[in-house]
Amino acid sequence: MLTVLLILIPLITGLITFGLKGPGAKVMSLLSSLATLVIAVIAWLQFQTAPEALRFTESWIPQLGSQFNVGLDGMGMMLCLLTAISFPLIFITVFRREYDRPGAFYGLMLLSQAGLIGVFTAYDALLFYAFWELALIPVYFLCSMWGGERAVPVTFKFFVYTFTGSLLMLVGIIYIYFQTPDHSFSWTAFTTLHLSSGEQSWLFWLFFVAFAIKMPVFPFHTWQPDTYEQSPTPVTMVLSGIMVKMGLFGVVRWLLPVLPQGAYMWQEAAIVLSVIGIIYASCIAIMQSDLKRLIAYSSIAHIGLMSAAIFANNEQSLQGVQVQMFNHGINIIGLWMLVEVIQDRLKIKDMNGLGGIATHAPKLAVMLVIVSLANIALPLTNGFIGEFLMFSGLFQYNPWFAAVAALAIILAAVYMLNMLQKVIFGESNTLTASTVDLKGGEMLAIALIAAVIFVLGVYPKPLLELVHGTTALVNATAWVK
Amino acid sequence: MNALITTAVFGIVLMFVGLFVKNRQHIKYYAIAGTIIAFIANWYDAQLAGGGTVVLHGMIEVSRFSVLFNAVAIASTFLYFVLCGSSFEKVGNDVADYFALIFFILSGITLTASFSNLLMLFLAIEILSIPQYILAGADKKNLKSNEASLKYFLMGSFTTGILLMGIALIYGATGSFSLREMSLGTGDISPLALCGIILTGFALAFKVSAAPFHFWTPDVYDGSPTVFTAFMATVVKAAGFIAFMRLFHVSFAGGNLSQHWQLIIALITASTLLIGNFTAVFQQSVKRMLAYSSIAQAGFMLFAIVALNETAAQGIILYAVAYSVATIGIFAILLKLKDYTFDGYNGLARREPLLALVNTIFLLSLAGIPLTAGFFAKYFVLSAAVQQGNLLWLVILAVLCAAISAYYYFRVIIAMYFKSGEAETTEPITTGFKSALVIGAAVIILLGVFPNLVLQFL
Repeated sequence: MLTVLLILIPLITGLITFGLKGPGAKVMSLLSSLATLVIAVIAWLQFQTAPEALRFTESWIPQLGSQFNVGLDGMGMMLCLLTAISFPLIFITVFRREYDRPGAFYGLMLLSQAGLIGVFTAYDALLFYAFWELALIPVYFLCSMWGGERAVPVTFKFFVYTFTGSLLMLVGIIYIYFQTPDHSFSWTAFTTLHLSSGEQSWLFWLFFVAFAIKMPVFPFHTWQPDTYEQSPTPVTMVLSGIMVKMGLFGVVRWLLPVLPQGAYMWQEAAIVLSVIGIIYASCIAIMQSDLKRLIAYSSIAHIGLMSAAIFANNEQSLQGVQVQMFNHGINIIGLWMLVEVIQDRLKIKDMNGLGGIATHAPKLAVMLVIVSLANIALPLTNGFIGEFLMFSGLFQYNPWFAAVAALAIILAAVYMLNMLQKVIFGESNTLTASTVDLKGGEMLAIALIAAVIFVLGVYPKPLLELVHGTTALVNATAWVK
Repeated sequence: MNALITTAVFGIVLMFVGLFVKNRQHIKYYAIAGTIIAFIANWYDAQLAGGGTVVLHGMIEVSRFSVLFNAVAIASTFLYFVLCGSSFEKVGNDVADYFALIFFILSGITLTASFSNLLMLFLAIEILSIPQYILAGADKKNLKSNEASLKYFLMGSFTTGILLMGIALIYGATGSFSLREMSLGTGDISPLALCGIILTGFALAFKVSAAPFHFWTPDVYDGSPTVFTAFMATVVKAAGFIAFMRLFHVSFAGGNLSQHWQLIIALITASTLLIGNFTAVFQQSVKRMLAYSSIAQAGFMLFAIVALNETAAQGIILYAVAYSVATIGIFAILLKLKDYTFDGYNGLARREPLLALVNTIFLLSLAGIPLTAGFFAKYFVLSAAVQQGNLLWLVILAVLCAAISAYYYFRVIIAMYFKSGEAETTEPITTGFKSALVIGAAVIILLGVFPNLVLQFL
């Protein structure tokens, strides 16, 4: 029942928020997201004692054998927590901003939260597909309506990319559905089914393309930098912090257990694409002078590493990926928050026009340094443990891939430190001299993020234990060699 | 049976209503009452048939499937009258006659779902075609309307000839007109019968505007008065598919007979999908875009004919509901606008937020986004084809086309929400109109979450 509540609270409050006017909308959405967070924490406590109690099954479309089947495993719980933590933080950061038609804005935000939690909890393939699209539609409207001047065509490109991918996945789901003996969409039926290696080989691509577009993995990434740049920042936080995890999540929850042989056959191809993406995106990030695009490309590089580690598919790499999903979400949301503050104060995002913020806004500068270093995965920050595990997993699979991918660490240091130098150090100009430091809600949200960065950097054990069950499960599924 | 009788009777009644009712605005209430009575009468057929099938003199059979489809068609017509009924009087003076003609079309539609004899099929197709030729030309002083009518009539009667030829050849080969009794054999087939099957297939493909027999569609749909296009492109088209599917599944699919024609229909499906979707992308007028979209949607409905199984029957019913309700709604909103191009929608969300929201739901349903009825409609027809096994190439092609279709449906959404302008309406939007639209949208969403609300009757 708790799991259903996690979906229902944002769904219902989201619909109510549509009718609210003025400041009522943001208060409502903040309260709603806090309520979701409380439920998520209660679910987490229950998960440690009795995870089975979080399962909820109800008949949905009996003619098809599809059920409303939701539940939580370690990875699902972790991502639900990430979603539940992120939304209140996002709402706090933008609490002082005024959006045109606030009812619609916050309503759509909450609907996308419902869709995201639905994706992370669905144990029925058709339900998974429905939530997968439900999460996309509100984001489409959010980006187009409140985004930058090029937002409409850019967001439409994003929509068409993901819609095409998910339709291919739908064909895959329908095909597997007809192969199951009792014609069922349930995760159990899908994973216990034995498909021939020929079938798995082409089914792999139907699923992989859908997930790769969402992550995004090279060469399916072209929608991403434009969309991140043009979206309003709260939406970019949702997109980059949580939504890209849908792709990674999809691979771990559905692709690897359902098509183990297919994944094995195309393992190397997938890793090569991911590694190309890492290097390519890192190099472009170095050349960027636009703050938002820099972070967008840095995100492609990080996601590429996670994708490579998933397909390396051993215990360490999978543990690393899941830990990193959480930490990357936290870090990138922190980065966007700071960019949002800079853009709000100075109205520019070109790094060449910035400089010397450290002297005028010391709190902002310190926070930017902390979050940036976490993004480079410096030891004692939360990014370190995940990247370490992923690299050692990738090394076990093939040292050469690990070596090439490790270049990403160096390149990440280059572009992040370069960014820091241009933005907060150096000579201040007339514009940056007037920078106002972090205030109330912003300070609170970013301080909380910094706290998470340090706590999980020093003591990642709860996170590792949470996701261990999923790792063991994926490793146990037939990995025929 | 009841549905056939009541709709035919109401056709005649409406003609007399035109003589006696002086206020032309009141005529539509008689028509709405007519659909309600026809709906109830049709429901009594379900009691009559129970779970099984009642055959009348080897001509008509009343089954759960036919009753369900009649119910869908009559309910869609009801929605159509409520939403568009007041636009009839703008076309011309003979308002009552237009309603009467639509009731005659409806009686043809009820026959398409229940014929069990090739002669009845021919009658059904003719009864629903001839009033359409008249409606297409209802705007007598408009050249385009005249052109549409003439074009439709000439092409339509030509295909009627082809249909008759096909029926004659089949009769020659089997010696029977009856759907269930004609024996085309199970393995080898005589060339005579095969020609008959292919000719009837082509004729029906023309009626449902499948490529390459679709050339009449854009001109006729564009030229006809918009209010009648809304009906021709939705309920009537769905009826054509029901006739197509019944004929091919009942009579032409015994044993491995289907292998003789399956590839041809599959190729027709593929070309319909490609031509419909690609051409719709380039349209500037929403009315013409909807004409091509109706061809594209026909491509999806053809899946139900290619795939020979239970899922296909469920899919076509669901598709009929989802497609008819959504398209009628979009046309009803289009009718209220001054400018039929995409720019005519600019800024509608600011002026009429409810209209824009409802229109968005309809468009999303046509694009096949989950949690709308359109998704499950597409889902069922596609999964029918996947179940068939050897049609996977067609399914992949179809989903790629579905992604293309998102482009032109979203153009309307983009115009409504993200472009600034003064979407001008020809008349003030009444509360009654809005509430009817909201009911239509609610049906779309409800069926998108619980498709078994309809399927349980099958």
